[in-house]
Amino acid sequence: MAFKIISASCTACSACEPECPNNAIREKDGTFIIKPEKCTECIGYFDDPQCVAVCPVENTCVIDNSYPRYQAAG
Amino acid sequence: MASHSELNSIAVEVAKPPEAIMQEIAEHKGCGTSGGSGKASCGSAAGQGDLSPEIWEKVKNHPCYSEEAHHHYARMHVAVAPACNIQCNYCNRKYDCANESRPGVVSEKLTPEQAAKKVLAVASTIPQMTVLGIAGPGDPLANPEKTFKTFELISQTAPDIKLCLSTNGLALPDHVETIKKFNVDHVTITINMVDPEIGQHIYPWIFWEHKRITGIEAARIITERQLLGLEMLTAAGVLCKVNSVMIPGVNDKHLVEVNRAVKSRGAFLHNIMPLISAPEHGTVFGLNGQRGPTAQELKALQDSCEGEMNMMRHCRQCRADAVGLLGEDRSAEFTTEKIMEMDVKYDSASRQAYQIKVEQERQEKVAAKQEELAELAGEHSDIKVLVAVATKGSGRINEHFGHAKEFQIYELSTAGAKFVGHRRVDLYCQGGFGEEDSLDTIIRAINDCTAVFVAKIGGCPKDTLKAAGIEPVDSYAHEFIEQSAIQYFKAYLDKVKSGEIVHVERGDADIRQGAFVAA
Ligand code: SF4
Ligand code: SF4
Repeated sequence: MAFKIISASCTACSACEPECPNNAIREKDGTFIIKPEKCTECIGYFDDPQCVAVCPVENTCVIDNSYPRYQAAG
Repeated sequence: MASHSELNSIAVEVAKPPEAIMQEIAEHKGCGTSGGSGKASCGSAAGQGDLSPEIWEKVKNHPCYSEEAHHHYARMHVAVAPACNIQCNYCNRKYDCANESRPGVVSEKLTPEQAAKKVLAVASTIPQMTVLGIAGPGDPLANPEKTFKTFELISQTAPDIKLCLSTNGLALPDHVETIKKFNVDHVTITINMVDPEIGQHIYPWIFWEHKRITGIEAARIITERQLLGLEMLTAAGVLCKVNSVMIPGVNDKHLVEVNRAVKSRGAFLHNIMPLISAPEHGTVFGLNGQRGPTAQELKALQDSCEGEMNMMRHCRQCRADAVGLLGEDRSAEFTTEKIMEMDVKYDSASRQAYQIKVEQERQEKVAAKQEELAELAGEHSDIKVLVAVATKGSGRINEHFGHAKEFQIYELSTAGAKFVGHRRVDLYCQGGFGEEDSLDTIIRAINDCTAVFVAKIGGCPKDTLKAAGIEPVDSYAHEFIEQSAIQYFKAYLDKVKSGEIVHVERGDADIRQGAFVAA
């Protein structure tokens, strides 16, 4: 699993972009997207996924079940 | 008479060391409401009020701080900082910050490079453009790189443009040094409470140290950071204004305490704004039916704070990307597309010539008012009346009743004419929004006024106004507002004395929902 952004509710405010410890977030076509292969769900960095905590619109940064769960190294 | 050097000192701004200015702020006791000396307008309508000369020098050309400057000078905002670090119940983040601008409006987001080019293009076309602000959407200090990059680019090319920013204060203590470095001369902090118990009903959450924090804890952090930031700005010699949103039943009574707290920490001006709240804005307050204050509720609160410090009365809550003078928004001329094609040459000479002319006009107006005030000196009466004025600017009664987009409200007493605020109305001539009779809307907006001063008015609205108990006055067409108002008031007192008219207290008035925009 990784996180994904529901583009229909994203306001493109950019708040999540600098908070991501993995540089997984970037702007694309007027909305923001998460690169699933870079997202670690913030494991190893913070207690809470940063994009979820900072996003002003509820249920915009959500779990992407279609992507395999991140495995912490070790 | 305004001298060259006075204008130069605005651009160069080296008049006094900051410590001296801050000392003046500390000594400044605010505006006495008791004075019958004609000390009228507290840094707004008449200008200087009893602000110290150093602060006046700093703010007199600032359209957001001085009512008369609002007519002569222009400010612009650029939206370079869309991210925010707190959530407010009066804000819907789909749109611009509902506090600093207008709910339901989306400003065009710009990169710092685009923003800098836009500022230069506007300043070259509109010589009265003297102030650049970064406010909503978002919080400038939650986007420090974009905000300070924009300031850096502008200060390199156009050092005479004043820079200001508005913040919720959460990140402020971390950036005071940088603010100082860029010579930002005004910072506005929005402080709605100094008590977390109250704050929890205004701020649902904040993003703080990599966590989302809610409830009283969030409000406690906000108030600590805001007050610390304010103290640090004062210590650093940066002028600081405080904005508060008046939310009836939530923080309305508490704002008197906020006023005291920010004054004691060196804020030079306090601007209490009405909550703007309607269900269609989609804000928490809008959706749960939280109302905004009425005009008289707002005025009563501003009055009760005025003994404490300078109050700002003329904020129109303009939209964040507005460009231009009072009553005109020229943002359509400066879209990103058009700006990027422009070949901009920054011409400071023509800008200065314009500003000298403005300064002369301002002096004339002050002189006219002083003369009239001298005549009122012997009068004693407890009567106070409000009058509404239709004006296009320059401090004159020069707008047709039917063309007025807003009315300026003056309070007349034997102390003189005091500017106390604005009332927005829809264009009566163009039929308003069509949902209600627009003349009715105007009457509701100025219902607490005894008279309305206009350059011209048709026979029909004249009769309707009279029937509503508001006297339409067109005999002062194109005269100075304050001078005319004092003349009117003298005649009014005489008529009351002779028994020709009976003085009646007027009722309350509505505040139109939505920020001022003239498009
Ligand atoms: S969950 Fe963390 S790592 Fe994944 S996109 Fe969000 S901020 Fe980046
Ligand atoms: S914080 Fe939320 S709304 Fe803002 S850009 Fe990221 S996903 Fe979109």
